Amino acid sequence: MQLARVIGDVVATQKDPAFSGVRLLVLQPVNADGQDAGRPLVAVDSVGAGVGERVFFVRGKEASFPFHPTEVPTDAGVVGIIDHWSTVEGPGFSPGDRR
Amino acid sequence: MLLARIVGTVVATRKDPRLVSNKLLMARAVDPRDSTKLEGGYLVAVDTVDAGVGETVLIVSGSSARMASGMKDCPVDAAIVGIVDTVDLGE
Repeated sequence: MQLARVIGDVVATQKDPAFSGVRLLVLQPVNADGQDAGRPLVAVDSVGAGVGERVFFVRGKEASFPFHPTEVPTDAGVVGIIDHWSTVEGPGFSPGDRR
Repeated sequence: MLLARIVGTVVATRKDPRLVSNKLLMARAVDPRDSTKLEGGYLVAVDTVDAGVGETVLIVSGSSARMASGMKDCPVDAAIVGIVDTVDLGE
């Protein structure tokens, strides 16, 4: 799983029927310092995350497991909203760090 | 999943029988922050939502592409699963 910041959401009317009722979020992966790392991507949301929140997401087929038994055709999914994180190298992220 | 722009079509007469009567399109990734900016290489993707050239779409890649409607057990690793109306960047 990887850390990311939710930077937006996607609206699509014409889509795979398995996506109905599923929210699509634009994620910017971040490193342990909270800095942007890599390209933004689109992920399905199963935890109710919103723009500005720090989350962790899973890549691959496993991203569809929260919607079981519906087979949502996704390769990325938000599976947790982060309250705060820290590492031995640095402070990481706490709720006051919003930007 | 990837935001991408459809930039062309692919026609193949001789192909895996499980790909028969599936539409193949050429796509390039777009930057969600600037939808005019195309980046990276070209991707051939199977269309499952009737997308067309010029449209911005959602592409699922890897083994998850086989979960797209009608793609069960098909030899695909990229499928178009949605046509994007809008991308709202809240930041």
